[in-house]
Amino acid sequence: MNEQAPIVIVGTGLAGYTLAREIRKQDKDVRIVMVTADDGVSYSKPMLSTGFSKGKDAGSLAQAGTEAMAVQLQLELRTYTTVTGIDTNGHRLLLGDDSLAYSKLVLAWGADVIRLTIPGDGQERVFPINDLEDYRVFRKALKPGGRVAIMGAGLIGCEFANDLRNGGYEVEVIAPSDAVMPSLLPQAAANAVQKALEALGVRFHLETVVERVEPAGTGVTLFLANGEKLQADVVISAVGLRPRTQLARAAGIDTDRGVKVNRLLETSAPDVYALGDCAEVDGHVLLYVLPLMACARALAKTLTGEPTEVTYGTMPVMIKTPCCPTAVCPPPSGAEGSWDTEQDGTDVKALFKSPEGDVLGFAVTGRFALEKQALSKVIPPIHS
Amino acid sequence: MKKWQCVVCGLVYDEAEGWPEDGIEPGTTWDDVPEDWVCPDCGVGKEDFEMIEIG
Repeated sequence: MNEQAPIVIVGTGLAGYTLAREIRKQDKDVRIVMVTADDGVSYSKPMLSTGFSKGKDAGSLAQAGTEAMAVQLQLELRTYTTVTGIDTNGHRLLLGDDSLAYSKLVLAWGADVIRLTIPGDGQERVFPINDLEDYRVFRKALKPGGRVAIMGAGLIGCEFANDLRNGGYEVEVIAPSDAVMPSLLPQAAANAVQKALEALGVRFHLETVVERVEPAGTGVTLFLANGEKLQADVVISAVGLRPRTQLARAAGIDTDRGVKVNRLLETSAPDVYALGDCAEVDGHVLLYVLPLMACARALAKTLTGEPTEVTYGTMPVMIKTPCCPTAVCPPPSGAEGSWDTEQDGTDVKALFKSPEGDVLGFAVTGRFALEKQALSKVIPPIHS
Repeated sequence: MKKWQCVVCGLVYDEAEGWPEDGIEPGTTWDDVPEDWVCPDCGVGKEDFEMIEIG
C-alpha cells in the first residue's frame, strides 16, 4: 500500500511505548506515529498498585512526559485524539473528521475495567482505576486515614488492599468468591495471602456482593447481600478487565475475548496488528507484563522486516502484596494432576504435579516466594 | 558505578550494591550481571531495564 505512510500505534500504555522502544532498537529511521485518547504520559500500570508503599502520588508515578518520549523515541505523538474507526481497505485510521494513513497499524489500546451496575445514589464515590488519570482522580478523592471499600478480591483488589493499608487507610474487601484470587491461586496460597492481609488489618467480606451504594455524609454506605452495612469514604471497583474489541469488530476484524491475532500478532486485516491487554494471541488472553514484553519484542522485528513469531517462556505472575510476597504460574487449564502443598503459616509452596510427577505449575508465598525463579526453570512453558 | 532501573516496576539495580540475595556481589557491573537475571520484583529480564542517572 502506501509505503511512505508511518507505522501507527494506537495507545501509549506499557504495550505501545514498549513496542516503540523495541522498534527503535531495530530501526532508527522508520516513521512512527502514536495516537492516544489521553495525555500520553508514560507510566507503568503495574506501579499504580504500589503508590503508597513507595511513597509516590500520581505525579511521581509518571515516568516521562510526551515531549520527552517523542524526542527519546523519535516519533510523533497525537494526544487527546480519539480513534473513531479503521478503514482497513484504505489503510487509514479514522479520527473523527480527520484521518491518518498507515503502512502498518498496531492496536495497543488495552482493556476496559468491567463496571458493575449497582443501584443507589452513591456512584460518584465509586472509582475504577485503569490508568494514571483514574489514579490521580482517586487519590484526590481520598482523605488521609480514610475508609476505602474495594469490590473484588482478585490480583488488583488484593494489591490495592495491601498498598492502601501501607498508606494508613481502613480497608474493606468485598467479593463473591470464597477465597482471594480464585482464578489464579490454589486454596492454600490464597488463604495465606488472605491471612497476611488480615493480619495487616484488611477486613474481608467474601461470598457476598454489594447490592446498593447510598450517599452518607461525605462518603457512602454499602449494603451487602449478606445483610451487612459498611461505611466508606471511597469505593474502588476492581472486578476485572475486558479487552477492548469494539472498534476492531466494527472494522470487520475478527475478535473473540480479545482482538484475535496469530503468533505474528497479525489480526485478520492486512497490516493490522495487536498486542497487550487488547489482544488474544493464538487463543490466549494474558493481561500481564511478561507476555506483553515478549510480544513487543517479536512484533518490533516483524514490523521492521524480519517476521518473528512470539514465543513465551515460563511466565510467573508476581503479585505485589508485600505483606505476603506471592508468585504463581498456573498449570495449563484442564491439565491432569493435583496440588502438592508444603505450608508453614503464611509460607506456602504448592506444586501442581502431573500423575507422572512432572511439575506443571506452582504457587509460592512468603519466604518460599524466593524460589520462584528456580521453579520457573523447571516448568515447561504453557503458552509457547 | 551506575544505577539501572526496571521500566516496569521501578526497581533500581545499583552496581555498587549488587544483588547479594541472588548471589550478585557488590560492585558487579550491569554487563557482568548474568543474562538470565530477572527483576526480583516483577520478573522482567535485563533487556527491560534502562540506565538511569547515577544518584
